[in-house]
Amino acid sequence: MEGTGWHPASWREPVARPRELFTAGYWAALVAEAEAGLLDFVTIEDELAPQSTRFLEPDARTDQVRGRLDAVLVAARVAPLTRHIGLVPTVVATHTEPFHISKAIATLDYVSSGRAGLRVRISARPDEAAHFGRRTIPRIDAYDSPAAQEVVTDLFDEAADHVEVVRRLWDSWEDDAEIRDAATGRFVDRDKLHYIDFEGRFFSVKGPSITPRPPQGQPVVTALAHQTVPYRLVARQADVGYVTPHDTAQARAIVSEIRAEQDAAGRAEEPLHVFGDLVVFLDDTAAAAEARRGRLDALAGEPYAGDARVFTGTATQLADLLEEFAEAGLTGFRLRPAVAGHDLPRVSRDLVPELQRRGRFRTAYEAGTLRGLLGLARPANRHAPGRSASPVPAATPVA
Amino acid sequence: MSKPKKQIHLAAHFPGVNNTTVWSDPAAGSHIEFSSFAHFARTAERAKFDFLFLAEGLRLREQGGEIYDLDVVGRPDTFTVLTALAAVTEHLGLTGTINSTFNEPYEVARQFASLDHLSGGRAAWNVVTSWDAFTGENFRRGGFLPQEERYSRAREFLATANELFDSWRGDEILADQATGTFLADAEAGAFAHRGQHFDIHGRFNVPRSPQGRPVVFQAGDSDEGREFAAADADAIFSRYATLDEGKAFYADVKGRLARYGRRPDQLLILPAATFVLGDTDDEAAELAGEVRRQQVSGATALKHLEFVWNRDLSAYDPEGPLPDVDPVVAEEHISRGRAQVRMYRDPVAIAREWRELAEANKWSIRDLVINTGNRQTFVGSPATVARTIDAFVQADAADGFILVPHITPGGLDVFADQVVPILQEQGVFRADYEGTTLRDHLGLAHPDADAGAGRRGRGRLAEAAAT
Repeated sequence: MEGTGWHPASWREPVARPRELFTAGYWAALVAEAEAGLLDFVTIEDELAPQSTRFLEPDARTDQVRGRLDAVLVAARVAPLTRHIGLVPTVVATHTEPFHISKAIATLDYVSSGRAGLRVRISARPDEAAHFGRRTIPRIDAYDSPAAQEVVTDLFDEAADHVEVVRRLWDSWEDDAEIRDAATGRFVDRDKLHYIDFEGRFFSVKGPSITPRPPQGQPVVTALAHQTVPYRLVARQADVGYVTPHDTAQARAIVSEIRAEQDAAGRAEEPLHVFGDLVVFLDDTAAAAEARRGRLDALAGEPYAGDARVFTGTATQLADLLEEFAEAGLTGFRLRPAVAGHDLPRVSRDLVPELQRRGRFRTAYEAGTLRGLLGLARPANRHAPGRSASPVPAATPVA
Repeated sequence: MSKPKKQIHLAAHFPGVNNTTVWSDPAAGSHIEFSSFAHFARTAERAKFDFLFLAEGLRLREQGGEIYDLDVVGRPDTFTVLTALAAVTEHLGLTGTINSTFNEPYEVARQFASLDHLSGGRAAWNVVTSWDAFTGENFRRGGFLPQEERYSRAREFLATANELFDSWRGDEILADQATGTFLADAEAGAFAHRGQHFDIHGRFNVPRSPQGRPVVFQAGDSDEGREFAAADADAIFSRYATLDEGKAFYADVKGRLARYGRRPDQLLILPAATFVLGDTDDEAAELAGEVRRQQVSGATALKHLEFVWNRDLSAYDPEGPLPDVDPVVAEEHISRGRAQVRMYRDPVAIAREWRELAEANKWSIRDLVINTGNRQTFVGSPATVARTIDAFVQADAADGFILVPHITPGGLDVFADQVVPILQEQGVFRADYEGTTLRDHLGLAHPDADAGAGRRGRGRLAEAAAT
């Protein structure tokens, strides 16, 4: 979920409600719609600067949505209003403290009874770094230059350390550390609390967390990846990676690259979802969807082209495409509504029934946690070896 | 005619990681599960309280080189749980303690602005400081801050956050779907701050929230802390809940406001207070004694004595006499991550005084700690407690109290059911919420109220542009 939708002119649609973007009711209604469609989870975009049409610097546009709320807090606000759907806010690893993020997502897991995840991202924007004043990030002119690659590789390595710390902190309390032993007067068994003693290239963190291990043990870690360096982050640290293939051949190539990185990271045996990202315009006819996209492009002054493939068409056509992509090895899909108020209901009310007819999507929520919905077992604590993870049934996820 | 009675402010502090909190009682629930927080918040809102208060800890406390295990250990993330509570309440203010040492202004400002938006104007920030390397070991910053800089950083942190809050005036978002103008001002959120602790610039990305800025609390008690509060805070979370101490603190702090051009009613003084209720005063007194024994086990008493002695006392019998060895006076303290050890500035003198007290009263170690530690603030029947609270407020010992029950999460229920109705009948506490924001409940003006014509003038221009 991104503001009023992924198309920059989406806020001008009558259904968009742009004046309500900064209210709880706006987000609660969207997430309720996604939950009515039995989706696995929603992701909530975030960054630590105003939105910009330029990739690595601010703009001064006034004709698009600017401003956003903290994604973790949006997720926390809707958690008590929902029961099944996973909540996956975006977290910027480059400028945040892993200690704070770990306890925030653990707490999101508590307030949602086991439905929390996070989407980790980096920031390579010099203006965003200036909002914190603790580091400078060199301006990147050509994204594929060796200098830029070095900066980006470092930022992703730091993000990997960030996630490693977050994960170790989640495990820093064993599940049964709280004992409330009135006989000895001990509230916790301190032998089941663990210092993480993380020492890395970018920072060190002592631990343990102040928040006990969350209901899922390890909330779901996700990341968006467009090339080899971020694929490596996905392979090393994520439970779900989002990728942006434009056709099935690309999808196959990306999946095999991530699986190879996964082997290299020594995680071959661990489940790792690779979701395809698609921006979607969904209507009753392909012509109506095309016309709507054209109308929004005209309002925006230029054709919309993001990182992901833009789909325009009917729910049946989209279901066909998702099946093709699934054949290519993608294990799920993250659909980005072009217009949140229009295309999200089309996903939940048209696409989902179509996939159900084909036997490719759940007809009821079958698990109480996000890990359960994704077919991921609750992991044993790294400090409590020998305890087996609990198995859960497999699913066909759509987010 | 006597002057009109002051209205009492009441708030609820979710019981935390201290030995006031009795976790061993069969009625004690989780300190982590959201259901506990939701129950507590709903009770506070049912009682028409001003706000719910959360304390903070960023490192598990240690004593004698080991994690302290006798009190409740663990708590959720403040912002996350407060924002979730906004979904299960409609009016209750949501006050979070957030450290100005191990955070950055841009991130904290957007979290508070987000909480204020997502709660419809109910956010408050208890600004606290820390400097110790012990807590710093959990953060990228590490233990970087000299102790003498903690208030200068805190004040600059708050000033910087205010610059970020004020970087949006509140009239920039037109969202005019017909003309395609979303923002009236291309520079909305622009800021630049250069100071001793922060050198930051750019654009803040959260539009102005319902309260403009969160309500600001301050909790420190040093002279610097009192000045900080007099200059910058809307309310003080104090620890002086007895009549005489309360009056002295109240007079001191309110007397400091004028030099910052502020009126006494622009800073509320709200001490933390505990309570024990019984059907009669005698029954309450007896129950209070039982609660004290639950709060101070033998093991807890020994650990408490170690705060002063600064040495391992585990070989002593808590039911026996006080140690005859003297305290260890050293820079390093046996207890880490706990503010109260700083209260014992002359441990040798305190040890001597405690030994004399114990001998005179024939007290064991545990008896001494029970009798010298924090006693319950209000003990009695509901009528007695209501009368006492009112008397304290009318005597200017406080503007109200932040109540800390000793049982989670149901410990507030009896106060809500039995004391609040009496205060309401006496006309000293609201029968219902009169406004929607926390500023409304506390009688504090919106920060833009005094901003003058400049802001309003810009607002009119923006409206003209929109039509």
